[in-house]
Amino acid sequence: MAEDIKVIVFKLGTEEYGIEVEKVQTIERMMPITRVPKTYSFIKGVINLRGVVIPVIDLRGRFSIEEAEHTDQTRIIIVNVNEMEVGFIVDSANDVIDLNRDIIDTPPDVVGGIKAKYLDGVAKIGEDRLLIMLNLSEVLNKGEIVQLESLEG
Amino acid sequence: MDMNQYLSMFIDESNDHLQSLNESMMGLEANPEDLSIVQVIFRSAHTLKGMAATMGFEDLASLTHQMENVLDLVRNNKLRMQDFIFDTLFKSIDALESMVEDITAGGEGKADVSAIVSSLQAIVRGEVPTAGGAAAEVTAAAAGNATDAQVFLDEFQYSVLEQSLQEGHQVLYVDVAIRKDCQLKAVRAYMVFDLLERSGEVVKSFPSVQDIEQEKFDYGFSLYYITQKDASEIQKMILNLSEIDTVTAVALDQESLRQMGQESVAATAEAPAPAPAAEAAPAASNASPAASAHGKEENKAAPARAGGAPSPSRTIRVDIERLDVLMNLFSELLIDRVRLEQLASEVQNGDLTETVEHMGRVSGDLQNIVMKLRMVPVDTVFNRFPRMVRDLAKSLDKKVELIVTGAETELDRTVIDEIGDPLVHLLRNAVDHGIESIADRVAAGKPETGTVHLRAFHSGNHVFIEIEEDGRGIYPKKILGSAVKKGAITQEQANAMSDDEAYQLLFAPGFSTAEVISDVSGRGVGLDVVKAKISSLGGNVTIYSTPGKGTNFSVQLPLTLSIIAAMLIRLGSEKYAIPLSSIVETGIVKQSQIRTIHGNKMLEFRGSHIPLVSLSKIFSIPDYDESTEEETEIVVVRKGERLVALAVQDFIGQNEIVIKNLGKYLPDVQGISGATILGDGQVALIIDPNAFIK
Repeated sequence: MAEDIKVIVFKLGTEEYGIEVEKVQTIERMMPITRVPKTYSFIKGVINLRGVVIPVIDLRGRFSIEEAEHTDQTRIIIVNVNEMEVGFIVDSANDVIDLNRDIIDTPPDVVGGIKAKYLDGVAKIGEDRLLIMLNLSEVLNKGEIVQLESLEG
Repeated sequence: MDMNQYLSMFIDESNDHLQSLNESMMGLEANPEDLSIVQVIFRSAHTLKGMAATMGFEDLASLTHQMENVLDLVRNNKLRMQDFIFDTLFKSIDALESMVEDITAGGEGKADVSAIVSSLQAIVRGEVPTAGGAAAEVTAAAAGNATDAQVFLDEFQYSVLEQSLQEGHQVLYVDVAIRKDCQLKAVRAYMVFDLLERSGEVVKSFPSVQDIEQEKFDYGFSLYYITQKDASEIQKMILNLSEIDTVTAVALDQESLRQMGQESVAATAEAPAPAPAAEAAPAASNASPAASAHGKEENKAAPARAGGAPSPSRTIRVDIERLDVLMNLFSELLIDRVRLEQLASEVQNGDLTETVEHMGRVSGDLQNIVMKLRMVPVDTVFNRFPRMVRDLAKSLDKKVELIVTGAETELDRTVIDEIGDPLVHLLRNAVDHGIESIADRVAAGKPETGTVHLRAFHSGNHVFIEIEEDGRGIYPKKILGSAVKKGAITQEQANAMSDDEAYQLLFAPGFSTAEVISDVSGRGVGLDVVKAKISSLGGNVTIYSTPGKGTNFSVQLPLTLSIIAAMLIRLGSEKYAIPLSSIVETGIVKQSQIRTIHGNKMLEFRGSHIPLVSLSKIFSIPDYDESTEEETEIVVVRKGERLVALAVQDFIGQNEIVIKNLGKYLPDVQGISGATILGDGQVALIIDPNAFIK
């Protein structure tokens, strides 16, 4: 039996995503973001998180999902991966669940329009709830981003 | 007593004193008649001696002791400073430095300093040391003298003892003489120590514990001891051990402690306290004229020391990590402050608002201080260079003047620690290969004395350190020639290279070989190492050289964290900061004053045309465009000689800002060198004016 992991659950549109709790530093409400010129379009800018300047990524933009208006539910999830601190703008984040590693399946080729390599797997919870586990290193992979940008630009 | 916990303190303080010794010696060399400098040198040497003796570094202590003897004669006008005295003292300082380095590296600070010691002793005797003869003769005396050290209490021990007294403990000065026929005196001594440690603490013993363990003592030793027991009781306890001849234990009060602490054993022997017989013996056996002479000097020195007590230190040393913690905690406090301010404005309670405002002001001041704690002036690195250049020039038989400017420029501690070595390299390079020999300089119509400028200054997010000399300069053709000869580049490549590119070859690894040195006047020695080091710090080195006129090595270093004065400007709804150090002036220009040359906007500024850069275009500002305005505010910035005007919308004002980096995730953003957090908690980006000047 694989051990249980704690997962932060957040939403982008109708999909539910999960990030392992150890990788999450805090979850913040929306706050003023300072735009950084001449950078990738999905990087919304930088925020002041208790004296530390942290770049913020719109996850919708990162996954090429149509961007949405920010609401009361919008959150910034601050993650720390490979010593990089980055904030993710998500539609909402309001759940922490225990997940057994065994129920995480390898992802199908395409889930909700997101390339499979961003995903660690998909977990089926209960009857009809699918949780998409993110592969943060890939989401933050800059080499790949540069390619993506040059394709778009 | 376990001294390890004081070791780092000792090392730090020793380095400070060595630095001060070096500086003062340089000052004295320039101004040999100034006895007040000698006083300063004497005090540093004296403190160093005390500390070294406390820590059990006897070699260090005895060398400083000999230095003191020389200095004492000088300050009492009995000896005039001369070149060979300077040289000997400088050599002594070097020896001390290497000992401290050894200690820093975990060694015991032992070094063979007998040659220097004998030179120093010869000076005290009024002899001009000749190369060989005298040295051999006095070495013997030196050996004898090494054991003839004194029970000096340094400030630290003194304060320990003083505090113990205040807390109601007994402070005893114990003198033990072991019977002459004792076979294993070290063992007896050990038994005494063992006994004493059971009911108190030995603060300082003479000879040192190590020496006693190695039987490096005659038949007596003395120590300072803290206990709860009476002197007589202790005396009896020790006497109970076999083979102990006499024991004297004297309880000290504040007054006698001060005397004991500051005078030599020789002096205490003359004091009314029962004279320790055994202690007197070695002194007598050593009674060469020099020895007794210095005994007297010590007595004379004592009142001077008491009068000119070293001023209390104005700084304390703090672990960097603690500062980091402090800073993080402070950041948390700031957030709460902003929240409180918001709440207060909602609640609209007069008292609350007032309190919150006051707290805001206090925390603002606090913020400034906390941030500045990590900043260290480059002086801490620069201060050793005058000495180095002096020595180097002397050994190369050149005349070199080093002019240091901007030593007060502050850099983050982490950067300061790393830049020393590369700078040493560049300075050596400048003196060794840049500045010509005196004959060459005269032949070239230059003054005999070469000048090396060492300057530091802030510019934007960087500190520049420049080493500029008026030497022979670098000939790009020669570099290219030897690079081709070495096969590093082809002739075609060489032909296509600009001067700047040619200079960069000097930094190429492996470029510095013997035959290259002769070809390009030795330039390139180890410069690849310098370049690598500076690059690893996120910095850069640039060479500007005019053949025949001199060379400038300009080192650009980042501030990992720093506070700079900046001008805050507004572009539409966005705020940016421009480092004040890059700003030449601000002004307003009319649209009609802007001209277009080759499709670039130019502006007449003080008789010349400078480019006008549109920040709103470069940064794609959504809600501002200066071209629609009749008049435009401009900020003229500079990089070296070149100027550029930046068009902005409004000036907000001048502010001290803390530079933060944009985080690891963001790629380098052109034109932006970092970010800062404004008073309202918002992030403003810092403009890097250098990026606009090519």
